[in-house]
Amino acid sequence: MNNLIVLPLILPIMVGVVLVFLRPYIKLQRVFSLLTLIVTAGISLLLLNIVRTDGIIRLDFGGWEPPFGILFVADSFAMLLVLTASIVTAICLIYAFSSIGERHEKMYFYPFVLFLVAGVNGSFLTGDLFNLFVCFEVMLLASYVLVTLGGTKRQLREAIKYVVINILASWFFLVALAYLYGTVGTLNMAHISERVAEAGQGPLLTTISILFLIVFSLKAGLLLFFWLPGSYSVPPTAIAALFGALLTKVGIYALFRSFTLIFYHDTLISHTLIGIMAAITLIVGCMGAIAFKDVRLIVSYNVVIAVGFILIGLAVGTETSIAGSIYYVIHDMIAKAMLFLLAGTMIYLTGKSKIDEMSGLIRNYPLFGWMFFLVTCSLAGIPPLSGFVGKILVGQGAIESGSYILLALAFLSSIVVLYSLLRIFLNTIFGETIISLEDEKPMKMGMIIPIVLLGIAMISLGLGAEFISDYVTDAAHTLANPSVYIDAVMGGNK
Amino acid sequence: MKINDVILRTISRIVVFIILTFGVYLFLSGHNTPGGGFIGGLVLASAIILLYLSTDLETVQKSLPLDFKYVAALGVFLATSTGFGSIIFGVPFMSQTFAYFDLPIFGVTELTTVTIFEAGVALTVVGVLVTIIFSISEDGG
Repeated sequence: MNNLIVLPLILPIMVGVVLVFLRPYIKLQRVFSLLTLIVTAGISLLLLNIVRTDGIIRLDFGGWEPPFGILFVADSFAMLLVLTASIVTAICLIYAFSSIGERHEKMYFYPFVLFLVAGVNGSFLTGDLFNLFVCFEVMLLASYVLVTLGGTKRQLREAIKYVVINILASWFFLVALAYLYGTVGTLNMAHISERVAEAGQGPLLTTISILFLIVFSLKAGLLLFFWLPGSYSVPPTAIAALFGALLTKVGIYALFRSFTLIFYHDTLISHTLIGIMAAITLIVGCMGAIAFKDVRLIVSYNVVIAVGFILIGLAVGTETSIAGSIYYVIHDMIAKAMLFLLAGTMIYLTGKSKIDEMSGLIRNYPLFGWMFFLVTCSLAGIPPLSGFVGKILVGQGAIESGSYILLALAFLSSIVVLYSLLRIFLNTIFGETIISLEDEKPMKMGMIIPIVLLGIAMISLGLGAEFISDYVTDAAHTLANPSVYIDAVMGGNK
Repeated sequence: MKINDVILRTISRIVVFIILTFGVYLFLSGHNTPGGGFIGGLVLASAIILLYLSTDLETVQKSLPLDFKYVAALGVFLATSTGFGSIIFGVPFMSQTFAYFDLPIFGVTELTTVTIFEAGVALTVVGVLVTIIFSISEDGG
């Protein structure tokens, strides 16, 4: 028992609720929400180290032991994601302070960001499949509000698609849960895994696993991403950055968890299917990233490409490739937040969103320009930046298992990412400047500081890969060997 | 919008009290027998909504000067803080406890911490439901 595990969920919720009462005091709201996220990040760092020394820890709610109660399980994979999510959200909040505007701040912007984080953290930490559904809903409800907040016509149009598709996915989730519960009679993930292993993964369980695959793919934007570019490009920059960084990652986490812990017996069907879906996602995502001229759309399609890339690690399914995916998820959370912030800032500075309408920003804002170059290099996987380690490990895993087609697609997609971002870079950052010195909007410190912070995080993640490799190896080991997780949950009280 | 329906208004004045009593009964009988904060909250909210229907928004707001958004927030806070309380006492999150007390009027009564949690749930349900109905009727004009 360690009550610390629940704090990343309960702390944001409680502070969020208190902030509802502090509606008129915007300064206070800012301080409280930022402090909460910093404390959450601190707690998750602490937990990460506890997990490293003591192994996986769990917390049975109300003292009801598994498989009867609901529980939170902290393993390295979950804690790494909680830590990254808290840090990235904190930085996005700093950006929001100077950009979101008083109207949003007075309409409960900060409480909903905290609820969103609570849902995300809860999804990472829970060890119960139905609880995962609940945490998904907490996150989604907060995201519905955040995507519509402001109420412009474009936002409402995209929000309707977003809400409908997610409600449909949630319904599928519920149906899949009912099927699974009807088949194995339990909802505790470790217990399900045991039961599935005992019964053998027959055709029925494989069908259920494919239902889960569809649900989580809808959330993660794996193949079924048609809703994603639209709804991620309409909200204000800080919110879009949060979405791009966090929301798809929760779906990815759920895919990894369920297909390494529960449905890992019949890899011929499910993992092949994931591989095919990831491949198509990469190809279509690449087309999207090249086809459009709107910065926001290009950036959104880059999210899609990353999802495909990360899921290749799961489709290949070796310990090396899973470790690569974990590295890449962490990197991608930071990099996508930064990319969305950069794109939003670009639109704020120029007032235009098409890449052929802007030019020469580097003369006006040199630091901004080089930050864009940094994130481009990092996403393309140029060493020593953060994307490199993940790409190399996924590649290594693919070679080990002989999945050469996926390997080729993964690395071709890196080139397309590089091309699509360099196209933005060359068109908007380089070239003749269109903004004369008099018309130049001053860059707000509150905008450039979070971007630089993310840049620093990205460089240190790349250079410090050795430092976090302990945690990542442990996380990949747990995912590749389900018995570690099951023993920690089912093996008596600690 | 003023509806002048004498029968509806007369009956609802009586019925509201029956519904409220039933809601409180459901709320208190929860956690051991059928009932609980969620259902109790729904019934309580339905009484308030009936008042809205039979009179009009302004009259009810005058007699119930509450911002129901805050009621909902208070409920969530109450429910989560009972969970948080168990962290302070060093037992697993969401643990509950109960004891028997000899109270003056009620005699020996079972008091539980889960009732506080249920109260939070009930407040949340009432707050959310009334807010939803309220915003829909405001939009409709």
